[in-house]
Amino acid sequence: MNRVNAVIVGAGAAGGIVAKQLAAAGLSVVLLERGPWYTPADCRKDDLRNQRTTVLGNAFGPEDLGFPRVVVDAGGVARIVRPSDSAYQNNAACVGGGTLSYGAQAWRYMPQDFRMKSVYGAPAGSSLEDWPIGYGDLEPFYDQAEYEIGVSGDYAPDPFHGPRKRRLPMPPLPANREWEILEPAARRLGLHPFAIPMLRNSVPYNDRGPCMRCRWCVGFACEVDAKNGSQNTVIPQALATGNCELRMRCTATEILMDERGHARGVEYINEDGRREQQLSDVVVVSACAIESARLLLNSKSRLFPNGLGNRYDQVGRHLQGHYYTGALGYFDHDTYDDVGPGASIALCDYNHGTPGLCGGGMLANEFIRLPIHMIDRLPPGTPRWGQGHKQAMREWHRRTIVVMGPTQQIPTAEARVTLDPAVRDKWGAPVARIQGNSHPHTFEIGAVQAKRAQAWLQEAGAIHTALMNSRPQMISAGQHQAGTCRMGNDPRASVVTPNCQLHDVENVFVIDGSVHVSNGGFNPALTIMAIAYYASAALVRGWKGTRYRS
Amino acid sequence: MAGTAATGAVCITGCSWRNSSRWEFLSNAQAETLAALADQIIPEDDFPSASQAGVVVYIDRQLMGPYRRHRGAYQGGIESADQISRKFCGVALAQARPTMRQEVVSALAERFREFFEMVREHTMEGYYGSPRHGGNRDAVSWRMLGLKEPPLRGRAHYDLSKGRGS
Ligand SMILES: Cc1cc2nc3c(=O)[nH]c(=O)nc-3n(C[C@H](O)[C@H](O)[C@H](O)COP(=O)(O)OP(=O)(O)OC[C@H]3O[C@@H](n4cnc5c(N)ncnc54)[C@H](O)[C@@H]3O)c2cc1C
Ligand code: SF4
Repeated sequence: MNRVNAVIVGAGAAGGIVAKQLAAAGLSVVLLERGPWYTPADCRKDDLRNQRTTVLGNAFGPEDLGFPRVVVDAGGVARIVRPSDSAYQNNAACVGGGTLSYGAQAWRYMPQDFRMKSVYGAPAGSSLEDWPIGYGDLEPFYDQAEYEIGVSGDYAPDPFHGPRKRRLPMPPLPANREWEILEPAARRLGLHPFAIPMLRNSVPYNDRGPCMRCRWCVGFACEVDAKNGSQNTVIPQALATGNCELRMRCTATEILMDERGHARGVEYINEDGRREQQLSDVVVVSACAIESARLLLNSKSRLFPNGLGNRYDQVGRHLQGHYYTGALGYFDHDTYDDVGPGASIALCDYNHGTPGLCGGGMLANEFIRLPIHMIDRLPPGTPRWGQGHKQAMREWHRRTIVVMGPTQQIPTAEARVTLDPAVRDKWGAPVARIQGNSHPHTFEIGAVQAKRAQAWLQEAGAIHTALMNSRPQMISAGQHQAGTCRMGNDPRASVVTPNCQLHDVENVFVIDGSVHVSNGGFNPALTIMAIAYYASAALVRGWKGTRYRS
Repeated sequence: MAGTAATGAVCITGCSWRNSSRWEFLSNAQAETLAALADQIIPEDDFPSASQAGVVVYIDRQLMGPYRRHRGAYQGGIESADQISRKFCGVALAQARPTMRQEVVSALAERFREFFEMVREHTMEGYYGSPRHGGNRDAVSWRMLGLKEPPLRGRAHYDLSKGRGS
């Protein structure tokens, strides 16, 4: 097969952007994606089979058969899990990756989020660190993501965000009912509520129409294509350059190395199940944090017997996501208006600055409330079945509000991805084994956040409230997974350089959430996108100096 | 194998023993017990019970698909429910008097917790989930909760002439 300049593994948030940036700079690119390309026409709103409620399977992959993982619980017991099991820690497997079906909250991390150790000190036993780059380094690329992928919102009422050069390209969507209830309450508490920035068209943008506000949004694809992901922006643009070939249903299994310690390309299983090789000058790994780590670990060779980039046993460590906590509020009036995307209002008053706490997180109202979600969200004391449960469903379905947020996890080196010694996927490759948990201080922060959500709901008039802060028995790093290939200057304590290049191998890059040193108190996609623009720019600069050409 | 019942249920290898069943996986007797159990979880009032809304159809259908892995648990659990019932009142759950059924199901919930929790979850899915999977007949639970049907409210007032559409 013809040699190309770059092979990119994974056509998700990051991989799509890298493909477009490299192809636009004139590099020949092959973009490998293990899943198919769903279009708005395939979009089926199924409350039991989507990317968030997966009781009947994942709508956007991976399929349940053939792609297990192994998870190890707090007691050290390992079990095999299928992709639709929440313990699997899935994101997605399709063109667009998570961005086809995500909620599309579009957060910039705050300046402090890149300097957690300097600001707070690292709690004993944690692996909290500063990033080697700062908010200022990423600002232009956050801006690029906001304008190229498309973000609606208005930061004006939020005094806590980092400096920005300009406003968002689209205004926020008009208020929904929950906004009307929660906004004045937050103001009365002296807080600073504002519209959640969203990777979603509120007005026509990028040649596509606006959101029709259907409320079946998070976990679903958008049938009017108003939700902005890599599949409807950068990937089509990459293909339009003529320099990029997208190969779907192609799963990378190994990065191929030569005898001098250079990558030669990638081995993958094609859509017919045949093993193929694609040779290239550079390899970019953008398979989402868990699979990116797994691919590196599965790439063993004479010079790299423990996997690529893993000389100092760093690949797979510091696995992070978010610890979601919050509260349910029950009201004596309807709170429900069925106007999508549902989540509308947030505040960043609690991300930083609480004495005694290492950070915090953003709080927002929840996206979606389908009947299936209410079953275990009725007021405490409600019978779990029988007439009382049915009655309570009628009474409360339209009268609840959930406020919650992604508490920033304090990372540990023990929360990690390794290769399972026994279990293999249907192609014969060892699967990811996930173990460990975030630092216990995380749960203290989460408990405080839950109380804050409760106080907000009470001020808004909730007649009952219930806290949502159950403590997970293992790391919670599914949709928001990050951190497995830390960015840093010290090759012994990190996997990639500040430009996302492996310390060990000059022509292999990891560009996705894997490189996050800490994961902010926010949903991560916009930061992953910003890093993809930032790292692509560095790669193209290096390319122009022909550093990677062999 | 001649395994297709008159109703058109499809039979796969090894299921000739229940080829007179109206169901895809369950036997008629198993389905009756499951209906009685599900109807304790969501009983009839002004709105239909679980089985009236198609919950058994939902579960039976999923046992041919994503819930294949629960087949053994259903067969064993349904058997246990009938055993408890026979011990309490001499007949299978579906034949027990209504007041008796509640006692039997409470005992089941206690002694076979895992099975009961699974049936509870699946019953709720069948009743409150999308009608396309065989339950929630005519979207009855959604209407019961005061929701619009079909639920994609935005579609009605979306102006597709804005932007290029898709
Ligand atoms: C339901 C849902 C809601 C979410 N809501 C939000 C939100 O509101 N805001 C937010 O910021 N984030 C949200 N997220 C998370 C967001 O989608 C992810 O953070 C983001 O997509 C991660 O980007 P990535 O590039 O690292 O990985 P992905 O987008 O997951 O892309 C990785 C791609 O690599 C492919 N791949 C993996 N291994 C291989 C291989 N070996 N060979 C070939 N291809 C491979 C995968 O199939 C996938 O398509 C949500 C996610 C989900 C699922
Ligand atoms: S709420 Fe808007 S963006 Fe989300 S799926 Fe519906 S129409 Fe699309």
